[in-house]
Amino acid sequence: MSDFIGIFLAVLLAILIAPHVQKHAGAILSGVTRINFVQRNGVLISTYLIVAVLTWTVVMIVLPQLYMMDYSFRHNLLPNDIGGPKDVHTLEHYRYLLFGRPGDVELMNWLHLKVFGRTILVSVLITLVDFALCYPIAYYMAQVAKGGKARLLVLCLILPFWVNEILRAFAFRILFGTGGVINVLLVGMGFVDEPIDFLKADVGLYAGLSYAYILLMIFPIYNAVESLDHNQVEAARDLGSPWWRIHYRVVMPHAKPGIASGCTMVFMLCAGALAAPQILGGPSSLWFTQIIYQWFNTGGNWPRGAAYAFVLLIICIVFVMAVMRVFNVRFGEIAK
Amino acid sequence: MSADVELDHVTIRFGDFTAVNDANLRIEEGEFFSFLGPSGCGKTTILRAVSGFLDPSEGEVRIGGKNMWGIGPNKRPTALIFQNLALFPLMSVADNIAFGLEVRGVSKFERRKRADELLSLIALSDQGEKLVTALSGGQRQRVAIARALAVEPEVLLLDEPLSALDLKLRQHMRTELRAIQQRVGITFIYITHDQGEALTMSDRVAVMSAGVVQQIDNGTTIYNDPATAFVASFVGENNPFSGKVTKADNGFAVIDSKFGPLRGRNNQGLKEGDDAILFIRPEALVLANGKAQSENVVEAAVVNEEFEGQFVKIYLKGEGPKDIGLSVINDASTELPEEGQTTRIVFDPDRAVVLPVGEMADE
Repeated sequence: MSDFIGIFLAVLLAILIAPHVQKHAGAILSGVTRINFVQRNGVLISTYLIVAVLTWTVVMIVLPQLYMMDYSFRHNLLPNDIGGPKDVHTLEHYRYLLFGRPGDVELMNWLHLKVFGRTILVSVLITLVDFALCYPIAYYMAQVAKGGKARLLVLCLILPFWVNEILRAFAFRILFGTGGVINVLLVGMGFVDEPIDFLKADVGLYAGLSYAYILLMIFPIYNAVESLDHNQVEAARDLGSPWWRIHYRVVMPHAKPGIASGCTMVFMLCAGALAAPQILGGPSSLWFTQIIYQWFNTGGNWPRGAAYAFVLLIICIVFVMAVMRVFNVRFGEIAK
Repeated sequence: MSADVELDHVTIRFGDFTAVNDANLRIEEGEFFSFLGPSGCGKTTILRAVSGFLDPSEGEVRIGGKNMWGIGPNKRPTALIFQNLALFPLMSVADNIAFGLEVRGVSKFERRKRADELLSLIALSDQGEKLVTALSGGQRQRVAIARALAVEPEVLLLDEPLSALDLKLRQHMRTELRAIQQRVGITFIYITHDQGEALTMSDRVAVMSAGVVQQIDNGTTIYNDPATAFVASFVGENNPFSGKVTKADNGFAVIDSKFGPLRGRNNQGLKEGDDAILFIRPEALVLANGKAQSENVVEAAVVNEEFEGQFVKIYLKGEGPKDIGLSVINDASTELPEEGQTTRIVFDPDRAVVLPVGEMADE
């Protein structure tokens, strides 16, 4: 653990003194300014860019994650034992996720594994639902709507997201609750006799999650579709293509990077969501992040929480890479 | 197979704006027909109405005698070549050409065969696997034509497809387009603002301005016998002289211009007292060089002379801000006036036309 703090401080120090070194050492400076990047942006701005990006990636992302990873391979010790002879690396938390407590009746830790599987599966489904919902909207905004109408639509999409995430989740409770708006309407109009418990059936959770990341699906697709020359759509139509083939053969191949980017973000954020499952999840259903949260919080077992979180992260990344491979999307493309 | 196209009193409005006003014409089977006019004259709107991207507000578009109202572009026997070609950049050349066949459910083998045939027609055999982005401008042009021909349209519509090419290539493609049209024998409707393209390639040309078809005729007639002041001023260079008609008989009319009475052919039946413009082409103006002339004499100061090799272009001070231009063949025998000197020019009344006052093309 102490060596990680050491690395952390060394990087921080390097970042802090780098500008001074640059300013004073003329030889270094003239060498540095010959670099294309510095030449183009000037010393001040390029220093800022490098420092900012390094701080962002190394200090804020890589270091804490490495720290966490190290954590996940250690025993959950009392403060007194940390750094002592018991403080050694172990796989016990990963083993726990797979097999549960040693000596359990069940061979595998089915409870947690099921939650994990369900989280991934439902995240995939929500990503698909979001794509199905957002692609037409994005296409309409990018290719069909003219000026003012498109802007109004964007505004209508963005404004609800000014409302806090927690409040939005509670709003879905009000919508889907047994005494909620939808049930009142259904019972009132005589479609059902008894109110349906949407929350228990997880309809509320799925709807809430789908809604939460809709913008992250719409905007990448919108950007990609917008850059498509509308003449191509018309050319395909003129050559006799029905609408679905135009989308399948012309629009979607063009928008593939945007679609990949949107799907990746929605899937990742969905699998890692916490607020919506906490608020909208039925009493018996758990989201994998809730288990992680429990280990960190009420369980007081940070190493185990870290191990669970790492498994989720790695599986999600592997899954996304695999899907991108299948659809032949290169990693660089989704950053477009 | 080829089909005729009829525009039966077609009017197209966008809100309050009338883009096409009562266009009434018939394009024959297998004809190369051009719509010529400045941008915004409604020619592209007509093309979109024929291809099916919009329907006329009034009147009918008929292809092969069938009313096309409400029939979408994917159901019409037409194929359109876009101004920017709109090739599919993510598909290979062969896939681009075969796209229309793929849509029609033609088998892969059959598609490949047809694409190869068309590739050889456009002299691009062995380039089928390339991406269209790897081709040159002229090659892309030909791929766009092949892609449109692949669906065997009865009418091919072309929306200024040569405008993006450089001059040399454009002239070459004119010949090539005309040759392809004669080979496949289908109706071509060509949209352009370039009179050179329209006059060289077309069987007939419709000159349009502000949504109105001004004249429909073959290139020679359009050039020699323009029907309106707009056509006279838009197609080729022309020198206008305005005035009132003082005498009209035997198919000729005399107007009282600022330079004196001028006489020209009166095809439009102008009567004494009408406001009129006489147009005379630069190549029909001749230097008098001291010879006595009984009529059509214009005396003005030389403003500028440009040596163009084959021709010498001489500009005289005109009636308005625009100079009178004349082209003199550089045969070394003609004595050219000095700049600033006042000189006399004459013309044959048979070469001049007197037209009613009307809208003129912007220079």
